[in-house]
Order: sequence, then structure tokens, then C-alpha cells
Amino acid sequence: MTISESQVGPISEGGMFGKPVPRIDGRLKVTGAACYPSDTPMEDTAHAYLVTSAIARGKIKAFHLEDAKAVDGVLDILTWENMKGKVRSVRFFAGGGYASSTIMPMSSSKIWHAGQIIAVVIAESFEAAREAAYKVGVDYAVNKPKAGFDESRPQPRPMTNPLTRSDPATGDAEKAFAAAPVKIEAYYSTPTQHHNAIELFSTTCVWSGDQLTIYEPSQYVHGLKNGVARQLGIKPDKVRIISPFVGGGFGGKAALTARTAFIALAAQRLNRPVKLVATRKQAYTVSNFRAETQHLIKLGAESNGQLTSLSHEGWEVSSRPDEYKVAGTETTAVLYACPNIATRVNVIHADRSTPGFMRSPAEVPYIFAIESAMDELAVALHMDPVELRRINDTQINPITDAPYSSRALMTCYDTAAKAFGWASRNPVPGSMTDGDWLIGWGCATSCYPTNVAPAEAKVTLAPNGSVRVQSAGHDIGTGAYTALAITAAEFLGVPLERVSVELGDSTLPPAPVAGGSNATASICNAVADACKELRHRLVTAAVASNGPMHGLDRDMITFSDGQLRAPDGQSETLMAASARLGFGPIEAHAKYMPEIASKTIKLVGNAMLGKGLPIMASGTSAGDHIQYAFGAEFVEVRVHRRTREIRAPRIVGAFAAGRIISPTTARSQLMGGLIWGISAALHEATEMDHRFARYVNDDLAEYMVPVNADIQDVEVIFVPEDDTKVNALGIKGLGELGNVGTNAAVANAVYHATGQRIRDLPIRLENLL
Amino acid sequence: MKAFTYERAVSPAAAAQAAAHLPGSKFIAGGTNLLDLMKLQIETPTHLIDVNGLALDRIEATPEGGLRIGALVRNTDLAADARVRRDYGLLSRALLSGASGQLRNKATTAGNLLQRARCPYFYDTDQLCNKRHPGSGCAALGGFSRQHAVVGVSDSCIASHPSDMAVAMRALDAIVETVLPDGSTRSIPIAELHRLPGDTPHIETTLGAGELIVAVTLPKPIGGKHIYRKVRDRASYAFALVSVAVIVQADGSGRVAVGGVAPKPWRVEAAEARLPEGAKAVTDELLAGAAPTRENAYKLTLVERTLRAVLAEAGSQP
Ligand SMILES: Cc1cc2nc3c(=O)[nH]c(=O)nc-3n(C[C@H](O)[C@H](O)[C@H](O)COP(=O)(O)OP(=O)(O)OC[C@H]3O[C@@H](n4cnc5c(N)ncnc54)[C@H](O)[C@@H]3O)c2cc1C
Ligand code: SF4
Repeated sequence: MTISESQVGPISEGGMFGKPVPRIDGRLKVTGAACYPSDTPMEDTAHAYLVTSAIARGKIKAFHLEDAKAVDGVLDILTWENMKGKVRSVRFFAGGGYASSTIMPMSSSKIWHAGQIIAVVIAESFEAAREAAYKVGVDYAVNKPKAGFDESRPQPRPMTNPLTRSDPATGDAEKAFAAAPVKIEAYYSTPTQHHNAIELFSTTCVWSGDQLTIYEPSQYVHGLKNGVARQLGIKPDKVRIISPFVGGGFGGKAALTARTAFIALAAQRLNRPVKLVATRKQAYTVSNFRAETQHLIKLGAESNGQLTSLSHEGWEVSSRPDEYKVAGTETTAVLYACPNIATRVNVIHADRSTPGFMRSPAEVPYIFAIESAMDELAVALHMDPVELRRINDTQINPITDAPYSSRALMTCYDTAAKAFGWASRNPVPGSMTDGDWLIGWGCATSCYPTNVAPAEAKVTLAPNGSVRVQSAGHDIGTGAYTALAITAAEFLGVPLERVSVELGDSTLPPAPVAGGSNATASICNAVADACKELRHRLVTAAVASNGPMHGLDRDMITFSDGQLRAPDGQSETLMAASARLGFGPIEAHAKYMPEIASKTIKLVGNAMLGKGLPIMASGTSAGDHIQYAFGAEFVEVRVHRRTREIRAPRIVGAFAAGRIISPTTARSQLMGGLIWGISAALHEATEMDHRFARYVNDDLAEYMVPVNADIQDVEVIFVPEDDTKVNALGIKGLGELGNVGTNAAVANAVYHATGQRIRDLPIRLENLL
Repeated sequence: MKAFTYERAVSPAAAAQAAAHLPGSKFIAGGTNLLDLMKLQIETPTHLIDVNGLALDRIEATPEGGLRIGALVRNTDLAADARVRRDYGLLSRALLSGASGQLRNKATTAGNLLQRARCPYFYDTDQLCNKRHPGSGCAALGGFSRQHAVVGVSDSCIASHPSDMAVAMRALDAIVETVLPDGSTRSIPIAELHRLPGDTPHIETTLGAGELIVAVTLPKPIGGKHIYRKVRDRASYAFALVSVAVIVQADGSGRVAVGGVAPKPWRVEAAEARLPEGAKAVTDELLAGAAPTRENAYKLTLVERTLRAVLAEAGSQP
């Protein structure tokens, strides 16, 4: 049988694709044997503790270090006074560089934001370092900070048509809006949020001569390696990053943060390993976060529901020096058929750390706004919200007319609606009750661009028939280990137990950042390419003159159960065929280049990947088409008639995301996304004291995420989808798909339960009293 | 965390005496509150006196027909005690609504009563707080105050008392029994244990230096329907935005105490007298003189609504 790449599920008969298998690293994780970077045993380690700024804007006038130095066991204290000029600047990640922020703490006395690192205390024990850190005295010159948005809604600015490249637009949205018989115009907002991965931000640095080894949880080990090397002015090949397990990243561990270089320098000064585990509170300011956003949406429609005008203006907060924005208008502008579209994104600079990626950075806030507005429009039209989506569904980008490679949004809606029981919904708000509880049902669209990146992988077949997959990719809890093992098992026809996978080490072949939901699509294709090369060599050996399948058509030879098989029943083990190719293991190193890569990426992609630079072909503009994964999410909320407590006991999501390599881990990803979506809609917000531009609920007791009692039925349905335009294996990433539509689905359900439209997240009971 | 010395007390009186003699010393029971605060250098005791070995972990019937709960009885054990569940259901429910199973296994009766404020500014040593540094100022005033108290507050402090158990005990008229450094004992009605902040919010109770809680006594059961309703941001494992404890008798009379709204478990006997008039009348009396902030004004409505839900559940009012 030849490899057919046009079906969902296994490629070969009895193959592994689409088979639900347990996470291959699951046992290690649940038994505690998985070695997370800060768990690595090490002799003679000194411990670092960060001192962070009490003020958001100003200068350090003086340090008083005597008391801190006097603490028993203190070895060294780093401040700007001894670190100035020691760390070179590197470019901003979002601008094509390495750093999560261009703010360089401890390069001068300047304070850019509250919680900025201002000193690092190193001591014999964690306890001594912590005690001394509290004794570091600081005199500040304080300036009044700007915390973010003002209290009033931002003023819209005229949207100029036709479009600039960065603000997608078409037609004349303003004119069409003015003429529309049915209109919606409203502001929406989303709050500051933090990743709060269970694993904290840790860094352990060990020098051996001029060789630096860094144990740090990372979503991009090649980026970290190259970035730190530049900061320290040493050759990248002198730096090794080890990060085999990451206890949650969500974007917070994607780009280089300031801490790493300081720990490396501390280890150098002391000539011994130094380990930092930043505290939970510090986690709110030493890496990035999801900044708060505001949106003004205007929708105009015919009375039959057809959109005639869509405009979306977004406002985002960034730090003083960095122009970070997520600009989800790129997606909201192409979501529905509409002849007149205008968009604009504004950035407001404040005395804050630089925001950055957090699970579906662009889609989460922007889709919340547009999908809430779509629900409002459905209400205004007296139309079922699913039907409104159907009427405005599109198979092409309404601005460029480029087709979607595939788009099964309405199949997702119909599948999820059926599973949810949507047909029995009474659309009148407040009409469905259960005792003291008002029941609300709401739905929304989810989508995420199918990004694909250049990636490398090495696959080795050992003489004993075992297979080793190596790539500097990352399993941040997503299931990458499992998906890659499945891919190798599928292509080489070996049992899954015979495949081992190595990830998260910068000495392995370079792989892209675990971000933008590209990893499975990119690295599985690289592994598949390497396996195909091995197959080719093995088949060549089998059909060679001294092989058992001599004279057979090589295309007829298949791989299963660790054997090469011919149609006539002949077979040979991989080991035997491999032995004929020579002694020892045989290996293949593949460099995968996305099919959708632009000419430029094809030219420089591999080199950039090797340098650890961000490089990815975006699903939002994949040459002659655009490519997205879609989903539809349905939520039931219950609002207590009197106390207005809000619960979300039931959620159903149906998703079309191309070929599902590993259904067990894919389901976990989507389920986690749905739960996070409920969390973002009802619970999560980093609260800010605007007087001081300082967070107030920066710990897990006060930063609310749902507990088990908050989450009951979560149903994930895969809608089969066959799309090999996106990449050879037909994989659409889904790590960031699940939590995109949930915010709006919950808000829409709350409206249905109560008749109250809450446009500012999170929705809390006092909004409904 | 600052270095400290540690001892295991041999008797309640010895513990009280040691504490009075060594300024900067603290009792440690379950440690679930004290240790967290020590790690953050909010509490910086120089000496810890461990009271876990003092055999104060029993629940005994009193001659008056009540229960005497040892200061070291764990929250889990207290909530599960058959007598508590039968006669003081309010207490059991309040306990089970607090913290998590793991924490309740460690948390003790005395420690729970004396747990400190959950005000985020109290927890941030880079902010001003009169509880941490008397006279320095209160950053919560004019700041993020969604969870803070609305009644009984002062210009010096608006922190609420976080305990659920204490709210039930207040409704049950519990008596706190202590041993003083000189070996004498004292009985303090729970209404008098916690102080309002006034201009000394750092002085949270009426306990004297070294005074050790040895037990909490519940008077004879009073029957009635016991309901504890805790309203919070998620279904479990969160402090109350508002909690309402009621004991309603068949004739419609009863007791009401509320949590999450004041610096101490809040009960106003005059408000209870208005129970027949309904939730609004009770709430008006209960929260008379409230001084909410813009962010926590919703608590006034929430108390009334929760009380209304609770009275409906008790079947005494629609
Ligand atoms: C994450 C989290 C969530 C929580 N959620 C809730 C909640 O929802 N509701 C709730 O009510 N509580 C909650 N709590 C608080 C918890 O109930 C308290 O931490 C606990 O009851 C304290 O008891 P302990 O024995 O551990 O006290 P410790 O920490 O040992 O002591 C607390 C204080 O009491 C003093 N003390 C202890 N014993 C005595 C004694 N015999 N005499 C005099 N002084 C004494 C100590 O010196 C100390 O000052 C939560 C705590 C945490 C950490
Ligand atoms: S409310 Fe009380 S505990 Fe909070 S900051 Fe003010 S004084 Fe401190």
C-alpha cells in the first residue's frame, strides 16, 4: 500500500495516527520521575533570590546593602551598580529578536515598572538569600506612574479607507453602517491576565570552563541559547539549554527574560552553580502577561441577518519602550462574509512590564468582542445565533477573496449544537430556570490560524529495532512527546513502545518555538520526512539483489509490526534490512520547510531557525489561501436568582482541526482550553492599583482560577477534516483553539440567563446584582 | 523568613508564661496562617511556642449541656463530630465551607479564630499598611477594595475578618476560654474577642500578652434550622465575599451573623429582632452605619439578597 495523505486517521493500515494512546511521558509525570529543570540534582549549588522594585516609575537613588550582606551565608549581591554594561541588549522577540522585553533591568538605576528586578541576592541557602533580600534597603526617586487605560472608554479614531497593510479593511464600513437597518455598537474589554503555570520561573546556571549549561523551563531552547549567548557576548555553541519538561508555559516561557543572564553572571562570579526559583508573586513581573484590551465594535446588517458593515477598533496596553500588540483584527476581519470592513489597533504605553504571548494572544480578546457583538446582533434580529453565523459564513477571506484551505465552522456548530441540545433552547432571556437558578445557554465561534514553521528532526533506527526521535522541540504539557512518537511509529510501522523521543535540549536539531500552535504540525512533518528517508533506505535494502524482496515493486512494500512486508506475504524485520545497510544504527536528519512558506522563509528559514530567531509561516496569509482551525462552543451557565452567583456546569466544543495525530492529548488540550475559557470569562483578572501601577492579587489565593467544583461536564468533539493544503500531514494546530470562543460563549449565556449584557470581563456576581 | 527559635510547650500555663516572657514570641498551632505570613516577612516572630502537644484536642460535653472544644481540635475533626453535626449544624457547615480539605486537616480552632486579614496590601510588604506598621497608612483605602469590609471599619483599616468558623461561633454565642501567663483563666464571649480597628488596627483581639486560648465552649443547643450560606467567586476554596449564618426557629425568630463584611464576625442583636419584617429590615439594621468603598458597595445588596435566599431556604419567608 502506498502512503495516502488524503485521509483522516491512520495513513497506513493498522497505523498509529488517530489512535488514542496514553501520554508516553505520563508515568514519569505522575510518579514524580520527570525531571523539570529546577529539579536537576547538582552539587554545591548557591541559591538566588530576586529583589524587585516597589515603585513603577522613577529611579533608584541608593542601595543599603549592609544588613543584607551581614546575613549568614550571603555570597554576592548583584545590582545595577555592578551589573551595568555586563549584559548586552538583544532585540525584542516580537520584532524578530530574542527578548521578551527590551527593558534591561539592572543596566541602570531606571525603573520601568513595579516588580522589575533590581537586585539578585545569592547565598548558601534559599532561606538565607530570601532573608537577605528582604534586608536590601532601597531609596527611590518616585515619579507618578501611568498604570494603563484611564477610567473612561477610549475615543475612537476615524478609520481611513482603503486599508493600510496592518489594519485589514475593505469597502466603506462607515457609510454601510450608517445605512444599515440593524446595528450594534458597543465597547467590550478584557482584563490583565497572567499565565500562572504551576511550574515557576526558574533558572540554574552551571559553568564548566567557558561552557555554560542552563537548566530553565523554555518554550524555545534555541532562542534562549542564542539570546543568552548574545547577551553575554559568547559564542552560541558555548551555551546549552536543558529543558526536557516544562510545567506549563502558555507563552510565558517563550522568549528570553532578563533573569537568565544575571544567574549566568552570578554563577560565573562565584564559580559554582547558581539556582533561582522566582516566587509566585515575582512571576507576575519577571516574564510577560496578557495585557488588558478595549474594543469598539460596530456591526451593521440587513434585516435578513447579512452583515453589511463590520468595524473593530482595538486598544491594547504595552510597556513604555515596546510596541507589543496582538492585533486580533487580522482574524476578526476575515471571520464572516461582509463587504465593508474597517479595523484599527491602538497601543497605549504605560509604566508596565512588556506584555507578550498568552495562550491565543490575539484571538482571545478580539474574538470575545466580535462574538459578543454577533450575539447582540442575533438578539436584535430576533434570530438564532447559530443561524446568524450560517448566514454570514464564508469560505473565502472577505478582504482578499483568498479561499480558506478548509473551513468546517458550520459543521462544528451543527455537531456541537446537537450534542448540547440547543434545539430545546427558549431564546427569551430568563425563561429557563431550575429552582432558584436561572439557566442560560450561549454559543460562540472559535478559530485559530494554522501556523507552520521550519523544523528539524533526527530519527535513528538502532540495530535492535528501536527508534529514537530527536528534536529540540518542547512538550509544555501539550503532548508533543506522544504525538511525535506516534508519527514515527506510524511511518516506520513499529510498536509505540519501541519509539523514544528526546526534546527540550538545544544540542538537538533545531525546532521552532512552542507557540502559535505550530509545534505538532511542524515537527511531526519533520519526523515524517526523516522516517520517509529511512523507509526509502530500508526498502532499497529489501529489494536489493541480496534482499528477500529482490525484484518487487518498491511501492508495494509496506511497514507494520516492525517488518517490511510485500504483498505476496514475504516479510523482513527492520533490523535485518538495516543490517544489510551496514553496521550500527541508521539515521536520517530531516529539515522540514512548510509547504506554505513564503519565498523569503524558504530562503532564510533554516538559517534563522538555527540562530533561534522566531520564524513561522502564518496561517493568516499562506500564499494563495488562508488556513485556520475552527470550532463552535456551547456553554450552559446558571445564575442564582438572588445572590447572582454564576456557575458554568456544562460546556460542549466541536472542533475541526485537520488530522488528529494523538486524540488523547489533543482532547486534553481542547478540554484545558475550554476550562481556561470559563476561567477567563468568570474568574481571572490581575487587579491593578492604578495609583501605583502595581498588581494587588498576585498570588494563587487571590488570582482566581476554577477549582474542580467549578467544572463539571466538558465535552470535546472532533469534526473530521481532511486538508493537506495546510501541510503534508494535514495537521492543524489546536493547542490554542479551545479557549478562544469560550469568553463570548459564557457572556452570551449570561445574557440569556439574565437579560444582562456584560461586556467587560471577568463577569462577576456584582455585575448582575 | 527570619531565623527563629522554637520550643514545645509542656503545659498551657507554661506556654502562656513563656510567651509573656519572650517578647517577639508567638504560638504556633496548625501553622497554616502563621507560616505563610512568616515566609513573606509579614510576621517576624523571633521565637515559636508549639502548642500542639498540650492535649487540647478534645471535644467534651459540658455539665450545662453544651460542648467544650479544645483549642487544638482540627477543623476537619470539629466539622465531622457527630454532636456538632447534630446540635450545631451551622458550625459544621461553616467549617466545611472554609479553605480546603488539606488545610482543614491542619487548621485548629484557636488558629482559625485568630487568622489574620487577607487584605492584599497587608500581604504586600512594599505597600503601606497600618496592621503591619502602625501609623504608616492604609493602602487599601482608595485602592483595590472589592473584598474589604463595609461595616465596623475605620479610616485606619478596612480589612474584613476572613474566618467562616468564627461567624458560626458568633451566632452560637461561643465562649473563648484562655489561660494567662500567671496561670489564671478567663472566659471571653466571642463577641468580645475581636476588636474593631479604630486607630489601632494592629491590635486585633482583646487577648493579653501571652494569653493562650485553651478551648471554645458552646452553650446548650438551641435547636432551630441552621444554615450557613457562603457566597464567593468560585464554587469552593475561596474566602467569602459575603457569608450569612442563620438559626431560624419555628416561630420565625432567630439569629443572624454575617461574614466578609466586617473586621470581626458581625452580629447585631437588634437586627435579629426585625427578622419577621424580612431580609431588608434585618440588613438595614445589621449594616447601619456602613461605610463601603465604590468597589465593595455591592456587598450591601449582596447581604440582603443572600439573607433573603437563606430565609427562603429555611422556609420562614418566601
Ligand atoms: C489557601 C487558604 C485558604 C483559606 N481559606 C479559608 C476560608 O475559606 N475560610 C476560612 O475561614 N479560613 C480559610 N483559611 C484560613 C485557615 O482557616 C487558617 O489558616 C487556619 O484556621 C489557621 O489555623 P492554624 O491552626 O493553622 O493557625 P496558625 O497559623 O498556627 O496560627 C494562627 C494564629 O493564631 C495564633 N494561635 C494559634 N493557636 C493559638 C492559641 N491556642 N492561643 C492563642 N493564639 C493562638 C498563632 O500565634 C497565630 O497568630 C485559608 C487558608 C489558606 C492558606
Ligand atoms: S485595610 Fe487594614 S490590613 Fe489592609 S492595608 Fe489597610 S490597614 Fe492594612
